[in-house]
Amino acid sequence: MAEYEPWNEARGAEIIAAHAGRDGAAIPILHALQDAFGCVPTPAIPLVADALNLTRAEVHGIVSFYHDFRSHPPGRHVLKLCRAEACQSLGADALAAHVRNRLKVDWHGTTKDGAVTLEPVFCLGLCAIGPAALMDDKPLGRLDAARVEAELEAAA
Amino acid sequence: MTRVFIPRDAAALALGADAVAAALAGHAAITRTGSRGLLWLEPMIEVETPQGRIAYGPVTARDVPELLSAGLLDGAPHRLRLGKPEDHPFLASQTRFTFARCGVIDPFSLADYQAQGGLKGLRRALALDPARIVDEVTKSGLRGRGGAGFPTGIKWKTTADAPGGKGGSQGGDQGAGQGGDQKYIVCNADEGDSGTYADRMLMEGDPFALIEGMAIAAIAVGATKGFVYTRSEYPHAIAAFNAALAIARREGVLGADVLGSGHAFDIEQRVGAGAYVCGEETSLLESLEGRRGQVRAKPPLPAHRGLFGKPTVVNNLITLASVPFVLAEGAEAYQAVGYGRSRGTMPIQLAGNVRHAGLFEAGFGLTLGEIVNDIGGGTLSGRPVRAVQVGGPLGAYFPPSLFDTPFDYEAFAAKDGLIGHGGVVVFDDTVDLAAQARFAMEFCAAESCGKCTPCRIGSVRGMEVIDRIMAGDRVDMHLELLTDLCHTLKFGSLCALGGFIPYPVMSALTHFPEDFRALQRVAAE
Repeated sequence: MAEYEPWNEARGAEIIAAHAGRDGAAIPILHALQDAFGCVPTPAIPLVADALNLTRAEVHGIVSFYHDFRSHPPGRHVLKLCRAEACQSLGADALAAHVRNRLKVDWHGTTKDGAVTLEPVFCLGLCAIGPAALMDDKPLGRLDAARVEAELEAAA
Repeated sequence: MTRVFIPRDAAALALGADAVAAALAGHAAITRTGSRGLLWLEPMIEVETPQGRIAYGPVTARDVPELLSAGLLDGAPHRLRLGKPEDHPFLASQTRFTFARCGVIDPFSLADYQAQGGLKGLRRALALDPARIVDEVTKSGLRGRGGAGFPTGIKWKTTADAPGGKGGSQGGDQGAGQGGDQKYIVCNADEGDSGTYADRMLMEGDPFALIEGMAIAAIAVGATKGFVYTRSEYPHAIAAFNAALAIARREGVLGADVLGSGHAFDIEQRVGAGAYVCGEETSLLESLEGRRGQVRAKPPLPAHRGLFGKPTVVNNLITLASVPFVLAEGAEAYQAVGYGRSRGTMPIQLAGNVRHAGLFEAGFGLTLGEIVNDIGGGTLSGRPVRAVQVGGPLGAYFPPSLFDTPFDYEAFAAKDGLIGHGGVVVFDDTVDLAAQARFAMEFCAAESCGKCTPCRIGSVRGMEVIDRIMAGDRVDMHLELLTDLCHTLKFGSLCALGGFIPYPVMSALTHFPEDFRALQRVAAE
């Protein structure tokens, strides 16, 4: 699990400055902000716009285009469950329904206790050992309800 | 201490390879490798013996004490013993050009890499005139392994001949890369197709092969900078490749003076952000430039005006990783293998509901039936195979009646399908093809970049129409509407996302029409 810093303008500006000189800096900057704060905080957007000589609308457009970028920090753990065809062929849809039911959240939701955020993902490259998932950065394969349960309990 | 090789491939990790390594620590000298690609046997470990390596798998940490007392470190018999990996039928029947070292070597040992033929291609390229390198690649018949199948040599020649630099006003016969003019090599490692994992396996198991391939491309076209655009869903591949880049720079494979040749070339890895469409080359370039990953209209071709407006080679990772073999062994050796106009080998990735799931590199021309039944061993569930989706989410669903189709760009196109990046996803008889067709539209709606109307709006309408069909509402009329909509998407979309999403939808409808009439039938009875 990751520990995130609370938003801090000076820290945000420092992160942006560290990458602003790179060619095509926007995506690396947004990744770095999300790594630090768990999301791309709304107050960071004008800072990014300023650093890259873009409008706020343009930066918002970039942030909202990519599925990875969040506007709020996730739970203590992020479970990315694969929804793509290879995992479907091994029962991923039923597993996803079970997990959503068990966590009482829909896709992108965070459990009430803040333990887990559930994200859909279209392919993790673990298509030979589906259904697959990433719990934070830990790959999981051949998942069934019992294995997910064990991972969720370990994470709680 | 006896040496034991344990994969660190993400698929092996997902099945407990780290726990196996921990259980063996202190008993053996452990080398972490990539995966051999027999993924249903992961974690598959190999013990170094005087007779060669002996494989065991699938091994769990719990098996380790028993294996040790049975004589694992001497290669002794055990129920998990697989024998010599190279004698295993799944490996013995492959032609491993691109994946020859994957799973064999320590991916971070440049010495191992060179001991197994690594850098031979780059050294030969450095001794050749750049135009000769391009010729060699052209003669090899290598085509784009991302799916489009465009001849790699022609793409390189176009970039090599393009006047470098701003505005393109400089003379074209200057010799590429001279006078500070910038050209780029961009590697597309945004492997988003479900059922594919070859890029991931190579980055984790033999990353120097990609570095070498990109360096050869750079010297051929006169580029000094390369980017690898890797999807964020691959954290292990990203880490492995960054580690390999650092080693390659330290050892002088990359940098101001590539292997002492005077050529400058460096590579930077950039990480995507969860957009499938960024696997489309112009969308990828937009993303690298720091914008929304929206598709660009072509022309101009990226070879003329690509990244930051400069001439750019955009190649799939497997294309680039195939190049070192071509240079090292010669175009003849590569093109001698294959079928029709599809020359060389393809890493076929068996995935989904299949018994022997894994990476099988072979010359083109195996039939789909041989791939699924003989190599794959049929379904994992043991039920009959009903459909096989080849080429990712934009690929067609093939019924067993088309299993005589040879694995070849043209043969698949002739059957209204595509081979894509080589993913083969097997489904048993519990699959509902109407639901799969609906998913294709849902996926297209979620991943459309929004630039062109057929894809942006058509995918949402497609989802709605299939919902009505599945509900049994005026099925004939709606099937006609769906067919018409697919026609519009196919011919009216800017890129392959909208243009190819009709393949899974129409193949489902053509080959499995009964799935679209389930409720209509109920209503009639």
